[in-house]
Amino acid sequence: MSLTDEQKAEIAVNRANYEKLKTAGQGVSPRALPALTPRDGAALSPSDVLARETIPGGWYWYGKVLRGETLRLLNADGRSSASVIAWNAQDVSERINHADTVKVQWSAALRAGRVILSDMGKVIFSITQDTSGAHDALVGGSNAASNARKYGGDFRNTRDNFILAATKLGLTRADIPLPVTFFAPVETDADGKFVWNEAKRAKNDFVDLRAEQDVLVAISNCPHPFDPAPDYAPGPLDLIRYRLPVAADDFCRSGSAESVRAFENTFA
Amino acid sequence: MSVIICAPSKLDPAKAAQTFDIPAKKPWSALVRKGQTLRIVDSRGQQAVDTLFYNAADFSERYSANDTLREQGSAYVVMGTKLVSNEGRVMARIVANTGGAHDTSAGACSCESNTVRFGHHVKYQHACRENFVLEVSKYGMSKRDVVPNINFFMNVPVEPDGKLAIVDGESKPGDYVELVAEIELVPVV
Repeated sequence: MSLTDEQKAEIAVNRANYEKLKTAGQGVSPRALPALTPRDGAALSPSDVLARETIPGGWYWYGKVLRGETLRLLNADGRSSASVIAWNAQDVSERINHADTVKVQWSAALRAGRVILSDMGKVIFSITQDTSGAHDALVGGSNAASNARKYGGDFRNTRDNFILAATKLGLTRADIPLPVTFFAPVETDADGKFVWNEAKRAKNDFVDLRAEQDVLVAISNCPHPFDPAPDYAPGPLDLIRYRLPVAADDFCRSGSAESVRAFENTFA
Repeated sequence: MSVIICAPSKLDPAKAAQTFDIPAKKPWSALVRKGQTLRIVDSRGQQAVDTLFYNAADFSERYSANDTLREQGSAYVVMGTKLVSNEGRVMARIVANTGGAHDTSAGACSCESNTVRFGHHVKYQHACRENFVLEVSKYGMSKRDVVPNINFFMNVPVEPDGKLAIVDGESKPGDYVELVAEIELVPVV
């Protein structure tokens, strides 16, 4: 069962390559991640806005977003969390993959400058603006049982919202990928326990998701399962769809070797 | 507060009803009946055993990393972890473990994600998700049904600032993880 010298040499080469990529990916990137957006920053001109919608607390939104369009999710009263899933509109077997997203970028901390990947090594969304940098990529949303346990009753939940949204998009409950959740400041402590850092969620937080393919999207506006608020009281979530030209030095498209390659796959 | 990660089993593997030897880089699946115990042995140490679970009676119900971590409140699969489905149901419980904390955040590698991670030159190399797709296709499933999995014996610490990377596994040759099925279960390795 012992390794041959040849196998040992191959392992040593692979290990050295992995460490090099990890070092580059975890901070010594060619460019550092962009600063967070001020809560009163990145104002939109009315002429750039294509549509607006308000998702009431506990409800969901679904729709098609074309490549190059951006969804701004605005947490106006600071009580919402927004769980997001998406599929390639041309081939729904390709969908958001949170595990690839965190593994490829060497970080579970989603924030401005990062991308959200599909299971096919392509980009679904670029996170182009972000006021909080405090989002959840690992835990996902609520279901009926987690709400009942926490709030003692029957409350709208993310699992059921996604079933409804997926079905209305022509998909089934088996097609629902695991989401990423914005405005959900979930961190891990040294033991791996999840902790909620409420100080990183505030009124007027927003995050901008630029679609990098034509995508079908579902968004659930329900309290995150770790939201410490004792009562079920999600606020409204504003959804603003707009289109702006992509700058030549756009960070998401050029900020790391990984994102460059993901865009090469996306636009191939 | 310290977390119990490992605890040995009282079962004697010599008395197992069935044993399977899974060659490196090959897939495997079987039916595990409710109440039966499945032991996965890391025969060489520091291996990675990418594993998914499906409800044998309804394949649309499958392992969910999200639901498992939400119910547990912490980031790794360890002694006592309940493996929870996308429908919020406990599919299996970890009842013995000598292999350290197991990952369920990083998923399985694919040819496509590997190009993003390591460079386009690795596109035509073996990847775990190819195995998953081949194996679930025997049950009438497809790539759509291959969701983020558990990586038994793979060590992926999630640091407080979110940094996440694979580090050397803690498992030695012969280390194992043991789980009891709470429903009729199809594990896919």
